[in-house]
Amino acid sequence: MSTTKYILGLFADPDELMHGIDTLQKNSVPIYDVYTPMPIHGIEKKLGIKDSRLGYAAFMFGCLGGTTIFSMAYFMLVQDWPMNIGGKPAFAVPDFVPITFEWTVLFTAFGMVLTFFYATHLFPGRTPRVMELRATDDRFVIAIDAKGNIPHEDITNLLKEAGAVEVKHNDRKYVSYE
Amino acid sequence: MASHSESIIREPLITGENITYAQITNDVLRPVENMPGKAWWIGFTVASLGACLWVFAISYTFWNGLGAWGLNKTVGWAWDITGFVWWVGIGHAGTLISAILLLFRQNWRNSINRSAEAMTIFAVICAATYILAHMGRPWMALFSLPIPNQYGSLWVNFNSPLIWDVFAISTYFSVSLVFWYTGLLPDLATIRDRATGIRQKIYSVLSFGWTGSVKTWQRFETVCLILAGISTPLVLSVHTIVSMDFATSLEPGWHTTIFPPYFVAGAIFSGFAMVQTLLLVTRKVLGLENYITMFHIEAMNKIILLTGSIVGVAYLTEFFIAYYSAGEYEQYTFLNRFIGPYWWAGCMMYGCNVLMTQLMWFKKIRTNIPISWVLSIVVNIGMWFERFVIIVVSLHRDFVPSSWAMFYPTWVDVSVFIGSIGLFFTMFLLFIRVLPSIAMAEVKLILKSSSEQAKKKLIAHGGLDSEQVDFYKDALTSFDSVNIKDYKKA
Repeated sequence: MSTTKYILGLFADPDELMHGIDTLQKNSVPIYDVYTPMPIHGIEKKLGIKDSRLGYAAFMFGCLGGTTIFSMAYFMLVQDWPMNIGGKPAFAVPDFVPITFEWTVLFTAFGMVLTFFYATHLFPGRTPRVMELRATDDRFVIAIDAKGNIPHEDITNLLKEAGAVEVKHNDRKYVSYE
Repeated sequence: MASHSESIIREPLITGENITYAQITNDVLRPVENMPGKAWWIGFTVASLGACLWVFAISYTFWNGLGAWGLNKTVGWAWDITGFVWWVGIGHAGTLISAILLLFRQNWRNSINRSAEAMTIFAVICAATYILAHMGRPWMALFSLPIPNQYGSLWVNFNSPLIWDVFAISTYFSVSLVFWYTGLLPDLATIRDRATGIRQKIYSVLSFGWTGSVKTWQRFETVCLILAGISTPLVLSVHTIVSMDFATSLEPGWHTTIFPPYFVAGAIFSGFAMVQTLLLVTRKVLGLENYITMFHIEAMNKIILLTGSIVGVAYLTEFFIAYYSAGEYEQYTFLNRFIGPYWWAGCMMYGCNVLMTQLMWFKKIRTNIPISWVLSIVVNIGMWFERFVIIVVSLHRDFVPSSWAMFYPTWVDVSVFIGSIGLFFTMFLLFIRVLPSIAMAEVKLILKSSSEQAKKKLIAHGGLDSEQVDFYKDALTSFDSVNIKDYKKA
């Protein structure tokens, strides 16, 4: 029994990577994940990854921010301590526009980015779960779960045919723990 | 798809032969992974001496109070607010490049956004220190925040533009920081995966465990796009609100409805000038000529010309409105800029900002690196004088001639200003030492479509309009990083 856990196909070019994905999918080899040094447009459609819903989160956080500061301003300047400034109305809505805008932006930015970090499990000090060290440099990597996907030689050949410059049979999932 | 071929008439954004993805990483990370050279050490020594001067002068101010500055009863705001507005203005280019140019799909932003954004953050830090310093008692800054206190609570006055400013500057700083750092994550992961030992551990913590999987990139792109979308109105709002600090007053010279667009254009103008000042040196010292090309330099010069001309139109409008308003105080204020005791400051303002930038109409000047560098510094001097003229020259002769006064800076005023420049450069030099000064992932994105080698392939492949090819070759003659002889024989 082979000890291989993951098979990695390393490509030097994003177009060849896309070709590799096509080849694997044509041969019904399931892809575990793809790691690239830069975003590849159109890849998520190919892999059947749903659209990100971060935009909805951003919108909600924006509404929350604007409501928060507008309510605060209302409470402070109208409810709690209305000031007589030349007899003008205490509830001066146009004057509240700049701060409402600023906090809408502030909450949107922080809320959305923190949601992104939370959903993607990114935080300072997280152990990087890296399968191939050059995937952040100049290699476009397709990872295939080796268990149940046999024979491994066939997968290797498919990857090579599609243009992989190197195919790795890794006994460990992550190389970054050493 | 990553590779669609771009029109040949567009100038390349990455020059050089045999640039591969690995080559980009190596070139950008060279200053990060190696000990810095002599130029860096000299710069760092000078800059940190400046920063020490700043610490001393600020401490002196806090210890002795604002009496250490040259302010008087007539001129109650001088170099402090001049410095503040100057720095905030400089801090506008970074977000403009990273946000507005992203929305407009200007790919040339990819290799300058990182350092421009870092510059933004450092400039806003310098600006914020001025705000704290000009309070005299820095702990009083607490009273500008909407938090309960023992006086009632006596809340902050949300009708005041100064309070809007507190919100605008703090939001701008923190959102820029988040935008910048999120963009840094993939590049920090690149450093981490190439490093060993303690460096690997440090960059591992900093990179938040970034892997570059498909889902991560997808979310990353969504986040960047939305951040760009919200930062665009944010960056315009910040200087609008800064201008309202003046425009909502009744002071002649300040009480001007044109201020918001005029200040925003001026901010972008001075911000791009500072980016130009820094990048022309950085690309040479760090050897990044292939990534920050003549196209980038010329594009920035065009923006400087455009915004400088908008500022020029705003100046003319101000004069016309002062005349047309028939208000004698208003008219005197503007006349006083030329015939008053500060005529030389007015000349610096109009001369540096309007006359000098008009030279940028000439392509020979836009593509000349030493002249561009000098002009970028001229712009920054001019923009400092613009704020000085608006603030001090408007104040120094108020409604009652018996209280007319001059402003004389003390050594503390001068030291705080020079020191803040030292502080800025110290932070910038540390940045280019420990973080990648070019967004590697974003430059890799345009390698296959917009690089010189991709265009060479297109030409070699043939089938192009020969007129367009000649146009392209002509454009390349101004590039200092292109070996033009390669094209003569082709």
